[in-house]
Amino acid sequence: MINYASREINCKIVYYGPGLGGKTTNLEYVYEKVAPETRGKLISLATEAERTLFFDFLPVDLGTIRGFKTRFHLYTVPGQVYYNASRKLILKGVDGVVFVADSQLERYDANIEAMHNLYDNLAEQGMDPRGMPFVIQYNKRDLPNAARVEALQRALNPTAVPAFEAVATRGTGVFDTLKAVSKQVIKQLS
Amino acid sequence: MAGQAASWSFEEQDARRIDHLLQRLLGESSARCALLVDRSGQLITLAGERPAFDSTAFASLAAADFSANDQLASMIGEQEFSSLFHQGEKESMYLADIGRRVILVVLFDDRATLGMVRIKVRHAVRELTTLFEQLFQRLAEGTQARRLETSWIDAAEDEIDRLFGTR
Repeated sequence: MINYASREINCKIVYYGPGLGGKTTNLEYVYEKVAPETRGKLISLATEAERTLFFDFLPVDLGTIRGFKTRFHLYTVPGQVYYNASRKLILKGVDGVVFVADSQLERYDANIEAMHNLYDNLAEQGMDPRGMPFVIQYNKRDLPNAARVEALQRALNPTAVPAFEAVATRGTGVFDTLKAVSKQVIKQLS
Repeated sequence: MAGQAASWSFEEQDARRIDHLLQRLLGESSARCALLVDRSGQLITLAGERPAFDSTAFASLAAADFSANDQLASMIGEQEFSSLFHQGEKESMYLADIGRRVILVVLFDDRATLGMVRIKVRHAVRELTTLFEQLFQRLAEGTQARRLETSWIDAAEDEIDRLFGTR
């Protein structure tokens, strides 16, 4: 949203993907590593077992660029299948999507199911990942049971959007992913 | 309401009209503060006493609150709950839907009464609904399709590199 009155630009980026894939870990790493004056509070609406119930939210300030205070609102969705109503709500007004795939072989079907679910939920809003800022992150690349990237690409990325390998617990690939999607979002504004 | 695109822009003339409406609402109801929040969770504007809390986080949670209640409404066979009321010991808040696109949040303490807030919010919602309908109509017709210059994009990209650079 471009607010010419208050000279503010807010962009909404949503981290999507199967449960326990590392979406919240991405946000936690960003929260830890960006300069404290550039980020707001990390809000987590989670269950007692630290599973995301509704969403996590982290605002990150890019600063004032040519007179416009520019901010990214980073959200995660709950990955578990039965929280679809929550996922739909969080996708409202989304400007860019990061799909966090779990590289482990046994999560292959869960990744595909989550990707279908993303397409369905965006379609309900008249949107399509193929026509909007969209990147994929293959997380948990350090695990011995990680599928080959080529296989994941074939299954999840037929349109060859930018994809990044990551180990979110160590921060590997977290900022590369965020940088790529935020640049795509910014380009959409021109 | 027209104009359901994800992104939209908001002009100074709109801000002035909205501020006028919100100031009147606050004056007539004795409420402390009014915020307008986009359904996607972004703060559009606020009027009255500047709140001590983080208004960005507040906006995100207010939108989530309203959205969750929408789902609850549909589960019990209602189309929507057009307003919500949260009562605290000292501070309370009243939330009202505006054209299913924007939420008006009014914060008030014991200087105001719920009845008066409710009546004045109802008036304000009617006027704000018309105003936002016009705004989104203009956006849908493309008469307000202001875009940012390339030089802004370049500067923003440099800043992204600086802030999110490999670490």
